[in-house]
Amino acid sequence: MSRLNINGQTHEVDVDPDTPLLWVLRDTLGLAGTKYGCGIAQCGACTVHIDGVATRSCSVPVSAAENAQIVTIEGLPPSGDLHPVQKAWMAHDVPQCGYCQSGMIMAVAALLRDKPQPSDADIDAAITNICRCGTYARIRAAIHTAAQA
Amino acid sequence: MTYMPQISRRFVLTSLAAAGGGLALGFRLPADISPAEAAAGPAEVNAWVVIQPDDAVIIRVARSEMGQGITTSLPMLVAEELGCDWSKVRAEFPSPEENLRRKRAWGEMSTGGSRSVRTSHEYLRKAGAAGRELLIAAAAAKWGVPAGECRTADSVITHTPTGRTLRYGEVAEAAAKLPPPSEPKLKDPKDWTLLGTPQKRLDTADKVTGRPIYGIDVRVPNMLYAAIVQSPVFGGTPKSYDESKIRDFKGVRRVVQLPNEVAVVADSWWRAKMAVDALPVVWDEGQNGKVSSASIAEFLRGGLVAPDAAIIRKNGDVDAALAGAAKRVEAEYGAPFLSHATMEPQNCTAHVTPDKVEVWVSTQSGEAALAAAAAAAEVSPEKVVVHKTMLGGGFGRRGAVQDYVHQAVLVAKAVGQPVKLLWSREEDIRHDFYRPAAMAKFTAGLDASGMPVAWRVRVTGPSILANLFPQRLTNGVDASFANGFTEEMAYAVPNYEVGYAMRTTHVPVGFWRSVNHSQNGFFRESFIDEMAHAAGQDPYQYRRKLLSKDPVRLAVLDAAAQKAGWDKPAPAGTSRGIALVEAYGSLCAQVAEASVGNKGEVRLHRVVAAVDTGHVVNPEILRAQVESAIVYGLTAALYGAITIDNGRVAQSNFDDYEMLRLADMPVVETVVVPSGGFWGGGGEPGVPPLAPALCNAIFAATGKRVRSLPLKDQDLKRV
Repeated sequence: MSRLNINGQTHEVDVDPDTPLLWVLRDTLGLAGTKYGCGIAQCGACTVHIDGVATRSCSVPVSAAENAQIVTIEGLPPSGDLHPVQKAWMAHDVPQCGYCQSGMIMAVAALLRDKPQPSDADIDAAITNICRCGTYARIRAAIHTAAQA
Repeated sequence: MTYMPQISRRFVLTSLAAAGGGLALGFRLPADISPAEAAAGPAEVNAWVVIQPDDAVIIRVARSEMGQGITTSLPMLVAEELGCDWSKVRAEFPSPEENLRRKRAWGEMSTGGSRSVRTSHEYLRKAGAAGRELLIAAAAAKWGVPAGECRTADSVITHTPTGRTLRYGEVAEAAAKLPPPSEPKLKDPKDWTLLGTPQKRLDTADKVTGRPIYGIDVRVPNMLYAAIVQSPVFGGTPKSYDESKIRDFKGVRRVVQLPNEVAVVADSWWRAKMAVDALPVVWDEGQNGKVSSASIAEFLRGGLVAPDAAIIRKNGDVDAALAGAAKRVEAEYGAPFLSHATMEPQNCTAHVTPDKVEVWVSTQSGEAALAAAAAAAEVSPEKVVVHKTMLGGGFGRRGAVQDYVHQAVLVAKAVGQPVKLLWSREEDIRHDFYRPAAMAKFTAGLDASGMPVAWRVRVTGPSILANLFPQRLTNGVDASFANGFTEEMAYAVPNYEVGYAMRTTHVPVGFWRSVNHSQNGFFRESFIDEMAHAAGQDPYQYRRKLLSKDPVRLAVLDAAAQKAGWDKPAPAGTSRGIALVEAYGSLCAQVAEASVGNKGEVRLHRVVAAVDTGHVVNPEILRAQVESAIVYGLTAALYGAITIDNGRVAQSNFDDYEMLRLADMPVVETVVVPSGGFWGGGGEPGVPPLAPALCNAIFAATGKRVRSLPLKDQDLKRV
């Protein structure tokens, strides 16, 4: 039995301790906003915050996430409203297929907490998630918009 | 514990017509449409338009949403003519089985070939116009006035002489009971107020909040999970497997052997995946266990000179003109197999009961999914229900072939419980229907002024149609393999000949965003640059001369060149290349500004694209599609290569099949130059020009002509 704190709530989950956090979120807890893309921490579609750090949950065993504060896309907005990053995403119509965008938004939200006014070089270094639709130009623009918010 | 279905076909091929459903493809509005029983509440004015009493408008979208924006652009076509308030519109997918039941009231559901706007704009606009006429007729009847005295705007009908008004929601129920007009009148494009404007997408809110909208997110009660391993060598079959090795794995329910694959079903996907990875399977690899990329290249090289080529286009006498030419230019080009690599790996959830087969799937073709499920379950199509979801990318992977639907239904039937089958990324990369590997050989003759008098084109490689739709071949020939060299080749070359030698590989090929244009655009536009260089002429001006009688193409080429500032030197350290391609009824020209470092590192700094789709539904969505196409083309140009080793794919995930990332994204400036009068596609035409524009810029920078992709395998070091 693993005890997880996700989006401010405690969950007891009966899973194998080496199960990646991603699959506990998606299949055990039904938090499907966090996506599977590669399983090897390459694409970032599974990005969540673990103690405030953007982390690729496909490569974190659930046993390593106990006692940590986990935030997923479902828990990102503070109070039923949209997070500033999500608002900027809406303003720029960033998503196309949308599949990678939960991970992108989580990665960007963490970046902006660490660096509220990131330069383009900061963005290049921090946002390494893959978007196969190629929304990168709009992502960059939306990050700058969110930084102004 | 193990169940072996007695079905030998691995997957079923697309349309219901192909699957023997025998459904007529002809579609006429609104003859087939019987409005649903109009209870109090939403009224179905016609198949496409439902209006609620509160004026909310639901517009049905028959195509699939894979990011290209059709859940917004197709409703815009309807709404323009309907005259409704756009802010009250939402989109809804009608189901494939409902389409079957209603004699294809929504026409073709298959989504690909940049066809959504291109082939449905007319019946969608007519559906909107017919709806508007019905709403007016209902209001006029209520008032007892002639319909001609009424006008509409933003979901309100006004009786002009008296100023009385009724809202659409107030008359929709009455309108739904009226006979539909036989020839609804369409607006003149100059009167459009919605079409051509940059409306926001309707699907963004769901996509920024992580709502479970994709096939992979489906959960149904009592559902199990399946992971799969498919024969590493294409076409191989499982000979045996040692189930004792996974007997102690927790949560594993069953191993299901399929014709070319083995699936493990468990109570979670992760457990199923661990078990399938640990399951030793012995494969009968068939005849292809020794095939390699080198042997395929040798095979294709033979196709460049073989006498069996089909002549697809021929003007004049190439041999005679070559003999008299002042100069000869010759080159051979090549392009590799490519995987689609949709972000959402292939998956399907299925539930098979004695009365019904139900599937939930991210598909580009709901009807093909329905046909695949029916074939797999061996039931008639009427027994199948398909729940379409949003797609985490399509790019052609999720259209013609519904292999994952077929597999999911077989597995679900075997276990008698709902099953979600999900492929790992590794299975996804290794079991695609790949962009064909292809080669081209060119021989051109230039006259004393440097202009081409003769050009012989030979292309070779595996045919997609022969693999997926053999019934569409003409006398055994797939002319589409030469796309870009046939009718789209508009450069003035008096003596011109195109031949195609089909060379079938065991590597399965399929439709990959922009299909054969993707390699042929690279081949053609690079070689035009070679001709311009041989002629000592500027590649932009050279193309202008070749297009002097083609004002539509010239306008697109000029728009890109002007916006890029072609007449001024490129920014310090960069060089420019240009390319122009026509595909899917649209034109796209691109100018690339690139640099090549001393160690051969390529950097694309800026792309200026000009695009002419004729009419434009939503310029912002079109711009987004051009940006997307540029990333798709650039990823392939820089990194894309699926290689074959011992009959199997050597790559497996994003670490060895690389994707472009944000740091390498060029600045993209898109100029939309709609010339009107036609409806071209938007999703694909931006892909083919990117590689040649970039490689032509590399030539300008280094003097090295890139004739084979990807760039990561080329030696561009400065000597």
